[in-house]
Amino acid sequence: MKFGVVTFPGSNCDHDLIYAMRENLGQEVVHLWHKDHDLQGCDFIFLPGGFSYGDYLRSGAIARFSPIMDEVIAHANKGGYVMGICNGFQMLTEAGLLDGALLHNASTRFICKNVHIVPASRSALITQNLEHKAYKVPIAHGEGNYFCTPDVLKKLQDNDQVIFRYCDENGRITDAANPNGSLDNIAGVCNVGKNVFGLMPHPERAADEMLANMDGRKLLAQLV
Amino acid sequence: MKYKATIHIMPRDEILDPQGKATLLGLHNLGLDDIGQVRIGKRIEVEVEAKDKQAAEDKVKEACTKLLANTIIEKFEFELN
Amino acid sequence: MSNQVSTPVTAEIAAKLGISADEFDKIKEVLGRTPNFTEISIYSVMWSEHCSYKNSILQLKTLPKKGERVLAEAGEENAGLMDIGDGLAVAFKIESHNHPSAIEPYQGAATGVGGIHRDIFSMGARPIAALNSLRFGDLSLPKTQHLLKGVVRGIGNYGNAFGVPTVGGEVFFDPCYNINPLVNAMSVGIVEVGKTASAIAEGAGNPVFIIGSSTGTDGIHGATFASEDIGEDSESKLPSVQVGDPFEEKLLLEATLECIETGALVGVQDMGAAGITCSTSEMAAKGNAGMDVDLDKIPTRQENMEAWEILLSESQERMLFVVKKGREQEIIDICKKWDVHCEQIATVTDGGMLRYFHKGELIAEIPAESLVLGGGAPVYVREQKEPAYLKEIQKFKLSKVPEATGEEHLEVIDFLLALPSIASKRWVTEQYDSMVGTSNMSTNDPSDAAVVRIIGREQAVVVTADCNPRYVHADPEQGCALAVAEAARNIVCSGGTPIGVTNCLNFGNPYKPEVYWQFAGAIRGMKKACEKFGTPVTGGNVSFYNQSESGGSVFPTPTIGMVGLIEDAFNKKMSMNFRKKGHVIYQMGRMVEDLGCSDYLYHYRGIKHSPAPYLNLEDEHKLQKALLKLIDQELIYSAHDVSDGGAAITLLESAFPNNMGFVIETPVEIREDAFLYGEAGGRAIVTVDPRYEEEFLEVASEFGVEVLVLGTVTSGRVEIDGEYLGDIEDFKDIYMGSLGKRLGE
Repeated sequence: MKFGVVTFPGSNCDHDLIYAMRENLGQEVVHLWHKDHDLQGCDFIFLPGGFSYGDYLRSGAIARFSPIMDEVIAHANKGGYVMGICNGFQMLTEAGLLDGALLHNASTRFICKNVHIVPASRSALITQNLEHKAYKVPIAHGEGNYFCTPDVLKKLQDNDQVIFRYCDENGRITDAANPNGSLDNIAGVCNVGKNVFGLMPHPERAADEMLANMDGRKLLAQLV
Repeated sequence: MKYKATIHIMPRDEILDPQGKATLLGLHNLGLDDIGQVRIGKRIEVEVEAKDKQAAEDKVKEACTKLLANTIIEKFEFELN
Repeated sequence: MSNQVSTPVTAEIAAKLGISADEFDKIKEVLGRTPNFTEISIYSVMWSEHCSYKNSILQLKTLPKKGERVLAEAGEENAGLMDIGDGLAVAFKIESHNHPSAIEPYQGAATGVGGIHRDIFSMGARPIAALNSLRFGDLSLPKTQHLLKGVVRGIGNYGNAFGVPTVGGEVFFDPCYNINPLVNAMSVGIVEVGKTASAIAEGAGNPVFIIGSSTGTDGIHGATFASEDIGEDSESKLPSVQVGDPFEEKLLLEATLECIETGALVGVQDMGAAGITCSTSEMAAKGNAGMDVDLDKIPTRQENMEAWEILLSESQERMLFVVKKGREQEIIDICKKWDVHCEQIATVTDGGMLRYFHKGELIAEIPAESLVLGGGAPVYVREQKEPAYLKEIQKFKLSKVPEATGEEHLEVIDFLLALPSIASKRWVTEQYDSMVGTSNMSTNDPSDAAVVRIIGREQAVVVTADCNPRYVHADPEQGCALAVAEAARNIVCSGGTPIGVTNCLNFGNPYKPEVYWQFAGAIRGMKKACEKFGTPVTGGNVSFYNQSESGGSVFPTPTIGMVGLIEDAFNKKMSMNFRKKGHVIYQMGRMVEDLGCSDYLYHYRGIKHSPAPYLNLEDEHKLQKALLKLIDQELIYSAHDVSDGGAAITLLESAFPNNMGFVIETPVEIREDAFLYGEAGGRAIVTVDPRYEEEFLEVASEFGVEVLVLGTVTSGRVEIDGEYLGDIEDFKDIYMGSLGKRLGE
């Protein structure tokens, strides 16, 4: 698979993701620019973390209208793979490619720390072959509190669209393990077609031996 | 008497509004070139119990100055009903 | 010049702008006439302490600044620059933003972070790590909580969006900072040697561009403001607060680095204090050039700004580029790509004269050299006087302090762990993105200093910011040497070799002889210690007037930012956490019966006056060399320096990360409380695999370092001198939760 990582103005996890996919997972990765209309033949598009347009107005709201997003949306609608991490997840909900919205954390503070997440979906590419246990992956966001209406939540559950939930280190899904107030401890979801993924935690930050945490690499390896 | 105040809080004129500035860039990128300055504030609605309109006004003003607005960088105005 | 702009100002107006009568005479002499208002405004900011260092430079010049690795010495560029081998250099600097943070904590701290990063990337270096050193007043005061929350949010929101990890720092509380918090921000960047940019303007005819945000009335006379005591009317006197825009800064970073990469730039300088005035005059003076500046070309945010407002505006996220004539389009294209505004506003001239034009008229004409440090800016020697409080300190007698023993240790330890200066700063640090850039090696493996790998290399830089102002207050010379020693010890305990220092000197009013006495003493201590550790001082910043008319002076606070290096970061990084049950715990370094300035004395016993802790620089240096050899030979499994709270707190902090405990015996030679809570320098607590104890002891004796076996690591039990004090989880709850609880969360 050929991967592309889009840089928006204000993206700051683009290089981390490129490094993880290229150096840690040995994949072909190209750097895409928000003002272009060309996906350069990529099979899998990443929308990275950061503060696109400063996260002003609403996180992801302005970036969602970047020129390249026309192609990203078309790619997704044809069944192509797209994954948004953190700010990328926020863009995908703003663009309507994923259900729900990401509200301010319940604490109203930005939170950066290691959390644990447990795979949920048995049918999504990123989780179907993952061992069912707690993975230690960092979060870093001020707006990661997943919200959707009860109807949508039921749909997500019925269609096996929840990909990860926050849990404790033993894999138990508890309120105490929910870092930001997300509905149903949801850390990530996918679309009905299971080709568009959104995830608040940052697997690319836990993919290198030198950082003494490799759990994120296991997640990214599912995409390869 | 119960009054309802609608408070508008805006960045003071001379203060940079990064949010408005980035939003303007987004609007221009969308092709909406005719849009000029954008400034973003917030609207707050509060209910206040007071003996008359003047008293209500004083209370809302106090709420704005002490907490709702940061008068070093923000200005406010409100309507009472 | 027209009548209006050529109207000479009076000495009274000059005085209002902080220009003394002598200084006013000197300005008249330089110009050969009486300056107009715009010109006197320019002198007032350029000759303020903030820009000219007029009261501090003679002291600063005594600090060691040479070294094999030094590529840019103190004062030469926007930040210090040191060679780290194989074609790379590290740029680093620390700077204060105390007074703006006292007025508007969120924006004050945010713009402090922005400003220090600009110093780094204006040199062509990409920032890879940020640190901060924060001092607040009594945490039980609502005002302190407001300031703390605002400052932390400001640092977080700016740094997080900018995308540079905040990897370390310190937070210290004392009532002396009640109205004047200290906010010191440090940035560390990496650049290829030979690809740096210099803050210079030269080559007559070269165009000068302003890049980034438009100019508004933000922070005008901020530089002057910073040079005055904070008083009752400070809030009303302050012009509009500078608002930080991290999004613009991120774009400015990328555009600036890309522009420098083209080779089309002659010079780059960021705009900080005194805005366009400072950057045009400093760049021109450095290149022995002049500049014709057209203020009408400068994009402004408000209409009808006065010339002096444009010149002195401290609007954030702006840069000045001197471009090679004929290559303007390359710069314009890059700025367009990044949606960053750029505009030609000036031209470099021969002759060293700065000429500012507004509405078609020449409104100010000043020799650049006359404005700057090292040029015409005044230099003063200030009077010194030993402060009266030293008499109180000299009265201290350890024998009069009751000794804590046995069961009381539990009470003391619980008390110390809950002190806001000692308790975990998790509430603060979790609001900072500490992991962006995937380079922070201390996230999952905590160490005394932050270890930040250089992507694509085996090397890591090791960074820390340290100062215990209580020590400096008690004895400026010893206290500042202790700050340097602790910074170096933190780097060594993380596996790094210290290479250089940047300093942020926060003091009171230098015109008060007692304050200047503290300042001079601190500089002596810094000099001594930096010479010992071979760490040249590459620059930094001086912040005077950190005191209030109503509240006295803050503790003298010379924050030491230190940078070190690990060549093989994957294998030679050391962490502070106990690793395995049964490992033997040693204290390395001289054991002394000393409780001077300890948290135990100050807070638990309520003794506010005691001497600075013991320090022997020779022993300290030996300890550090021994530690580095032990780490290199993989003979120790953890290393953690003894500092705030003493050995008891050091042991607990080593035990917390892996939920381990310890069983120890205190030595009989000295008081139990002195051993457990004393803060004497030159000590570290390490763990050793019992199989390699002999080799460990050999290395220690090779360097002549005293060692003391304390006990062993347990799986959670904490026991001192046969007294079971509890399980590590009990202590950890207090340690982790105290700060949040104090803040009502």
